[in-house]
Amino acid sequence: MTSAAVETHGLTRRFGAVTAVRDLSLRIETGEVFGLLGPNGSGKTTTIRMLCGLLEPSAGTASVAGIDVAAAPEQIKLRIGYMSQRFGLYEDLTVAENLAFYGGIYGLRGEAAERRTAEIVAFLEIGPRLGQLAGQLSGGWKQRLALGCALLHRPVVLFLDEPTAGVDPAARRNFWQAIHDLARAGTTVLVTTHYMDEAERCTRLAMMSGGHLIALGTPAEVAAQVGGGGRTLEDAFIILQERDER
Amino acid sequence: MMPRLWPMFVKEFIQMRRDRLTLMIVTGLPVLQLLLFGYAIQTDVRHLPTVVVDESRTPESRDLIAAFENTGSFTIIARLDGREALDRALARGTAAAGIIVPADYPRQLLRGQPATVQVVVDAADPLSSQSGLAAAAGVAQARNLAILSAAAGRAGPPLEARVRPRYNPGLRSATFIVPGLVGVLLTMTMVLITAMAIVRERERGTLEQLIVTPITKTELMLGKITPYIGVGLVQMTTVLLVGRVVFDVPLTGNLLLLYAVALIFVIASLSLGLFISTLVRTQQQSMQVSFFIVLPNILLSGFMFPRAAMPLFFQWVGLLLPLTHFLKVLRGILLKGVGVAALWPEIVILAAFAGGLIVLAVRRFRKTLD
Ligand SMILES: Nc1ncnc2c1ncn2[C@@H]1O[C@H](COP(=O)(O)OP(=O)(O)OP(=O)(O)O)[C@@H](O)[C@H]1O
Ligand SMILES: [Mg+2]
Repeated sequence: MTSAAVETHGLTRRFGAVTAVRDLSLRIETGEVFGLLGPNGSGKTTTIRMLCGLLEPSAGTASVAGIDVAAAPEQIKLRIGYMSQRFGLYEDLTVAENLAFYGGIYGLRGEAAERRTAEIVAFLEIGPRLGQLAGQLSGGWKQRLALGCALLHRPVVLFLDEPTAGVDPAARRNFWQAIHDLARAGTTVLVTTHYMDEAERCTRLAMMSGGHLIALGTPAEVAAQVGGGGRTLEDAFIILQERDER
Repeated sequence: MMPRLWPMFVKEFIQMRRDRLTLMIVTGLPVLQLLLFGYAIQTDVRHLPTVVVDESRTPESRDLIAAFENTGSFTIIARLDGREALDRALARGTAAAGIIVPADYPRQLLRGQPATVQVVVDAADPLSSQSGLAAAAGVAQARNLAILSAAAGRAGPPLEARVRPRYNPGLRSATFIVPGLVGVLLTMTMVLITAMAIVRERERGTLEQLIVTPITKTELMLGKITPYIGVGLVQMTTVLLVGRVVFDVPLTGNLLLLYAVALIFVIASLSLGLFISTLVRTQQQSMQVSFFIVLPNILLSGFMFPRAAMPLFFQWVGLLLPLTHFLKVLRGILLKGVGVAALWPEIVILAAFAGGLIVLAVRRFRKTLD
């Protein structure tokens, strides 16, 4: 028995001639805040989509919360929360209606639904926005709502695909506070980001380039891979990527 | 049993209510189409603008021309002096028919020789010319009979065929068109609305978030169509009521049965749209495919053109359209007042369409992004 929240072996996905993810093997422990870094087109979204059962791998295996994704994709869906890179909630529904819809879809009923929704609303402080159409929210509020909808059913693994893209610094800090609260409560979080300050706040990182892994470890370990000596994570990121492209 | 159907239904219902375009399709289109088809597509042609060249100018010729006008098919718009003027009027299109009474018309009558009157009809449009020709033939025949009976000293003609047009005694096209229009409109709007359903969510990026939940394919599909079943029935009611009030179309027969069959037909049409939605990648494609499907429905279902007149192959193709069967039910119930005993084959076929198309749509749909 493993306690891994996510485990992949040789995970590969091709789109025609393009190999978006190549031979990816990863193991993420329960309760980690695991960061997935990499330049545009390096395969982060594709990886997450395969882990959520949204894309079928061309080769390799993946398991989430101890369940094989290919064998039981529907069982996985009860245990995971997912925030897509592009805002995926209904812009023509209000904040409250979006929450009610996803609550219903995740099987929350009656009083239990009300209690859980109230918890989420309090946790993310979205009470004042409940009556507003989701399409009229600013970026930061949209992201909070999306996180709220992904949390309603208390997922054990949370996949966040660039959750803070285009969000102002204060809102980003708030958002990361929420992520760490969740991790402390035992939720495993896999998050992609292009912000180095966010990468620093992860327990471990994986750097991808051209669909494969180029570095793996704690932020300090990854920075050390390029020789340490006061090099930052950002330096490491750029140096490793350039090395890979050569 | 399908616990996620209800939230899906509620969500679709709210979205439907807020979507202007859908609301327009659902409410504006039926009324617009009804007025368009009801008024413009009058297949019974009356009041053809007619010019007359009366070369004899006698009481007999005036009598004859009045007989033509009394049929209601011809409206005399001008009396001209020569045949050239008549030809010009027809060529220009100011007149659709011309009547020429020769100078010797009363003399021939008197002598008991065959008299001729010439009726020229602009047959570029076969539909209007046909009714003109038929009316002209009718006038001649009535006159002939009257003259012959008088000569034979009889009170009337020896044989008279009493033709009774059943079910639509006035032979009015609105009576025939409006019930059919219910079916055509439902096909158009129901297919179009659901054809956009899945693909719209795909384009907006909401499908990705939705299919990562435990919702089943069946719940998703049924949740997409159920709000529109009510819409379809409201639409049908609108068309029938406007047809009743504006075009005086009778509503005989068992309306409860009509609504029950309409329910099945609406489900079949919605499912067809949903199936289209699983085949295409963009809303534009789904729109194109829907229009591509609507056209044969109008042409081959018997809505406007009698199926009996079509080549056998197209009659068969017509049988593949749910609308063909629903039209029989609509006209059967509304015009003839028949019931289940006469219509059960159509009802069974429609139910098979509805069931088959739902299953097909659910099968085709994949809860992945590929
Ligand atoms: N559905 C698809 N069809 C074809 N190619 C695809 C598809 N999805 C992704 N790709 C390709 O796969 C590669 C990886 O894309 P992916 O979206 O996983 O990158 P990413 O790391 O998430 O990038 P970004 O930082 O821009 O979000 C890219 O080259 C992309 O063009
Ligand atoms: Mg991405």
